[in-house]
Amino acid sequence: MTQALSILTKEPLRLLVSLVAIMSFVGLNAAYLVWVERKGAARFQRRPGPTEVGPAGLLQPIADALKLLSKQLIVPDGVDRTLFRLAPMLVMAPALAGLAVMPFSRALAARNINVGLLMIFAFGSINVIAIMLGGWSSRNKYAIISAARVVSQDVAYEIPMLLVVITMIMITGTMNLNEIVQAQAGGFWHWNLFRVWVNPLMPITFLIFYICMLAETNRAPFDMAEAESELVAGAYTEYSGMGFGVFFMAEYANILLGSSLATVLFLGGWQSPFGAFSGLIWFLLKMYFIVFSVVWVRWTFPRTQFYGLLNLSWKILIPISLFTLLLTSALLKVLPV
Amino acid sequence: MKNVIAELYDGLKSLFIGMRITIGQFFQPTVTVRYPYETLKIPARFRGHIELVRDPATGQPKCFVCKLCEKACPSDCITVEGIKPEGARRKTVTSYRLDFTKCSLCGSCVEACRDGAIRFSREYNLASTSKDDFVMDLFQRLEAERRATEKPGSLDGTATGSSLVAVDPTQRAAAGVPAASASAQPKRLETTLEAK
Repeated sequence: MTQALSILTKEPLRLLVSLVAIMSFVGLNAAYLVWVERKGAARFQRRPGPTEVGPAGLLQPIADALKLLSKQLIVPDGVDRTLFRLAPMLVMAPALAGLAVMPFSRALAARNINVGLLMIFAFGSINVIAIMLGGWSSRNKYAIISAARVVSQDVAYEIPMLLVVITMIMITGTMNLNEIVQAQAGGFWHWNLFRVWVNPLMPITFLIFYICMLAETNRAPFDMAEAESELVAGAYTEYSGMGFGVFFMAEYANILLGSSLATVLFLGGWQSPFGAFSGLIWFLLKMYFIVFSVVWVRWTFPRTQFYGLLNLSWKILIPISLFTLLLTSALLKVLPV
Repeated sequence: MKNVIAELYDGLKSLFIGMRITIGQFFQPTVTVRYPYETLKIPARFRGHIELVRDPATGQPKCFVCKLCEKACPSDCITVEGIKPEGARRKTVTSYRLDFTKCSLCGSCVEACRDGAIRFSREYNLASTSKDDFVMDLFQRLEAERRATEKPGSLDGTATGSSLVAVDPTQRAAAGVPAASASAQPKRLETTLEAK
């Protein structure tokens, strides 16, 4: 009886706390990653970046959010109203759902489920559908071209990404993210990235995962969906005010999710690189390093052409990831691990 | 096959070289001059609109109203008036009207001046909402400058010697100085421009 009662009171509380924590974490990060992006872009171009609003421009995201919130949400004539309104909501959902299973430290995860990795990828695809819906429902030629591009791009990059993830699942033998992290305990040479004795192509596997992550989150140099010089703002062209703002935040939320996934799968999650003092701080450090590298890549490389993007996936990434998959499975059979 | 792998390797290597170059730039100091908080030093031979030169001995304008500048001006934008005080050898200037809307900064007036009584000012911050602000009396301008240096702070603060206060250009309109002043000169910002 008391047990049942404690479950009744504890579970909703846990749900509420996790929900609020994840939503605020994603919201805060999405807002401040915009600041990081702008500051980073500026520094890569030897400019100071935002400086006026608050110290070092730190209040800039808040000012931007206030501006976006105060603007009118225009629903243009001829758009599919339901889908047009639904798309911004759908685009944010997968990042929030994915972080629910993310192990931030040994005990800090909203839900520690056995098929966490599967869940993240199952929800991750919603992101693509949301952008496609946004583009389709806008009844705008740029938006529709963008929607078509998003679909073909994400279909192309989902395949090598999943092949890489299957390789990782074969090595770790689990889809539970916390167990994947625990399998990488004890010094940075145990991280999946450096486990070359399991698969000599491990760093290349990580590189493929990273490239696919950039493509899946529609980041430069693969930002075909937004390609501002070709498609105005792509699928977001007709969105105004916070409708656009949510798409913008979702981009950063998805980067956050992709970076944490890369951290968990390849960089040992919350494991310390020296085998001691593991915890949240290491997870955040590694994750933000990857986030920074995403900004770094964006301001280094120009946008690829669309056929170049598809060629890269179908002709290079998929064959290599298939090869690593076969190599890993062969090595796992031969080697006593 | 061998070529493909070599090409892949070269391509990948070039990506990392690119990343190394950009991160190098990332840690370099920024090059932006944060105007209006900072300004570049104005070159010594900068040509602003003309201004009258004071005789350091007497404190009066050097100009003796020979009107050569008026004649030299191809756009007729200079009008000089003067009087001859009792017992003085030369005339003194009482009004030196410059219609800067017509001036093309050709410098013929400065070349024509025999006594070095006019020179180029170093003023470039001349935005205004009214065209009238650019018909300025350089004599009044000089007088205002003199009064300001004699009694610092007595006039509008911007004209005082070496003030390092940064002034936002947008504050100029708010201060209403160009429109309000009888001499109708754009407010001087020279001191702030030379701050750096």
